[in-house]
Amino acid sequence: MGAAQQAANGSSRADAGPATSAGSAASGADSPARSQSGRSESARSQSGRSQAGRPQSGESPGVLRSNTVGSDDSVQLLDEHGMLHHDGVFSPYIDKLSPDDLRGFYRDMAFVRRFDTEATALQRQGELALWVPVVGQEAAQIGSGRAMNKADYAFPTYREHGVALTRGLDLADLLKLFRGVSNGGWDPRGTNFHLYTLVLAAQTLHAVGYAMGISRDLAADPATEPAAVVAYFGDGASSEGDVHESMVFASSYDAPVVFFCQNNHWAISVPFEVQSRIPLVNRASGYDIPGIRVDGNDVLAVYAVTQWALEHARNGFGPVLIEASTYRVGAHTTADDPTKYRLNAEEELWKTKDPLQRLETYLRAEKLADDGFFEQLKSDADELAAHVRRATLALDGADIRQKFASVYAQAHPLVAEELAWFENYEASFADAHTQTSETQGGAA
Amino acid sequence: MKTMTMAKAINEGLRATLANDPKSFLMGEDIGALGGVYRVTEGLKKEFGAHRVMDTPLAESGIVGTALGMALRGYRPICEIQFDGFVFPAFNQITTQLAKIHTRSDGQLSAPVVIRIPYGGGIGSIEHHSESPEALFAHTAGLRIITPSNANDAYWMIQQAVQCQDPVIYFEPKRRYWLKGEVDTENSPGDPFKAHVVREGSEATLVVYGPLVPVALAAATAAAEDGHSVEVIDLRSISPIDFDAVEASVNKTGRLVVAHEAPTFGGIGGEIASRISERCFYSLEAPAIRVGGFHMPYPVASVEEHYLPDIDRMLEALDRAFAF
Ligand SMILES: Cc1ncc(C[n+]2csc(CCOP(=O)(O)OP(=O)(O)O)c2C)c(N)n1
Repeated sequence: MGAAQQAANGSSRADAGPATSAGSAASGADSPARSQSGRSESARSQSGRSQAGRPQSGESPGVLRSNTVGSDDSVQLLDEHGMLHHDGVFSPYIDKLSPDDLRGFYRDMAFVRRFDTEATALQRQGELALWVPVVGQEAAQIGSGRAMNKADYAFPTYREHGVALTRGLDLADLLKLFRGVSNGGWDPRGTNFHLYTLVLAAQTLHAVGYAMGISRDLAADPATEPAAVVAYFGDGASSEGDVHESMVFASSYDAPVVFFCQNNHWAISVPFEVQSRIPLVNRASGYDIPGIRVDGNDVLAVYAVTQWALEHARNGFGPVLIEASTYRVGAHTTADDPTKYRLNAEEELWKTKDPLQRLETYLRAEKLADDGFFEQLKSDADELAAHVRRATLALDGADIRQKFASVYAQAHPLVAEELAWFENYEASFADAHTQTSETQGGAA
Repeated sequence: MKTMTMAKAINEGLRATLANDPKSFLMGEDIGALGGVYRVTEGLKKEFGAHRVMDTPLAESGIVGTALGMALRGYRPICEIQFDGFVFPAFNQITTQLAKIHTRSDGQLSAPVVIRIPYGGGIGSIEHHSESPEALFAHTAGLRIITPSNANDAYWMIQQAVQCQDPVIYFEPKRRYWLKGEVDTENSPGDPFKAHVVREGSEATLVVYGPLVPVALAAATAAAEDGHSVEVIDLRSISPIDFDAVEASVNKTGRLVVAHEAPTFGGIGGEIASRISERCFYSLEAPAIRVGGFHMPYPVASVEEHYLPDIDRMLEALDRAFAF
């Protein structure tokens, strides 16, 4: 089962058909779909809301089905060989891209990969406590990140380095967390990229709450810029209760949120089959939200489906679940040893689906980029890596006084008392030091 | 001055908050049409609409987690957890997320979320409906915890909690919901994080909060009949704790008894006893003594009277302190 059957509440979209232009898919074709599937208040209060609206098995679910291609029935536009395929719904999003945009996609992916290599090296050299590599998932991240508008907001887990790049972060800031100088490291509000979260799935609820806040802002002031939220999580995290609760809330309140699951097939050492016996996207229908499965190594397809989903959300039609099927090529973290739990053959197979390689093939074949471009890119990426290295090495230890200062937003007597004690304690060493040097001075 | 029950006072405090702050709203299970299982939010949905008084899906982690997201967008959510024993599905969101967002963002983000929790026993209820989990939260830096013991505090402290820039857990002593008291809607009792001396005395200090305040006052009256002068402190805030107020009292009286419904082991009483022992070592005539629940899950209602600190147990502890 793939994208086709997953457009769960899109029964009426069949009427709109593949001919519906992608741009209006969310606004035009969706609106009747929502009410037919029982989203209206009156239908809701009557029983049988979802049964009424859900397509029977085998029934054509409409818009999202269209000319979906790809071996596992997920949306794919650019295949492993760099060949572009047409899709009635999603291709129009790609058609709008300029050659510069396409080269930009490649540049971002190459930058993240180079950044990743550098961070891994920094960890090996003892400059970072830990690193969480992203190699293999560049397309899922750059494609979804680039689909966002400036006003959209991303809630990442801890591996969304590519998304961070698309949000304009200085990648060196990501390393503050891993170097142990901050638990954050960047300005979430300036970048609309929330802090990394290490408690799996917790952020999916924050994303939904933030999205509910956007809806409220819009209701209070129609001049509010429409925006949507992207909640990132992994296949392992999908088993956490918070993901379920976040989908219940999002569906109940039509929150403008796109759940973006990067199914990289492994949760540390546990294979996807242990988390779910069905494609995760199938769960979407249980919440009465559209679900789209996409080839997560195809940056163009990811970009297109995320754009579709964001428009759907921004236009007031509620949440969407995207399952991007991808693969974490390296270790889970620098503390992990994948040879203990997975087969070389599997890794080799996924390398043939490399997201950068296929876009490079395409760009060269279409004469959109030549050797000069790729060479220049390599040297730009090296420069980025050098910057990241310099910036990281320049980060020295945090000041614990600053930590005292940020426990509470308002003054707290216990924190003040403990800080005062600490200052005194520290000062006692300073005195001891002075005394020692005086004694030594005297002796000399 | 108006006389009202604590439940009504909280209701009025919420009403004033909703009226004054358009960014505030209530969320929780059954708080709309029903007005909450204790009717604390009664009438508010009718007055402010479903948008401001939101019946949420039945999901505690969802309530607190989405509240945090809303706060990041500039809202001031006031969450209701239906009962003390049901806060645990939200424990993760409260302790690992809500409590830490300010410090994790190096002070850039804050989460002014209020979580209302009816707590404590004495109502003859079934399991998970009578617990006092305050110490579990007080141990977590980043949270503030307050608990009113009378209608006036109930009215004001809920409003002050909403205005606070930090996350606040507002524990409501459920067996005192029907306790009537005077509410001065014009003048606030001041800083919600400061303790109040609710009865002056000179020979021992009895520190309590929330549901045990009336019990302590009765114990002090009984002690007076025996010729002992006991000062009673209503802590009001459990994080931070107003140690200065307790210290000042103990320096005067020389004896300290702390009582709460929660188990004594690892509880707030131990924290107070320890700090006051450090601060008041030379003033103390006796070791600090704790009165509290036993090291057992909150017992079945038919025996809860033996579990809950009552006047006699407070008097027994005071006697021990006087015996030194
Ligand atoms: C609540 C929680 N439990 C366990 C962990 C430890 N842990 C960190 S990553 C991970 C696997 C996550 O897998 P997945 O969600 O698929 O994301 P991926 O790391 O593969 O991107 C685990 C178990 C955690 N961080 N949080």
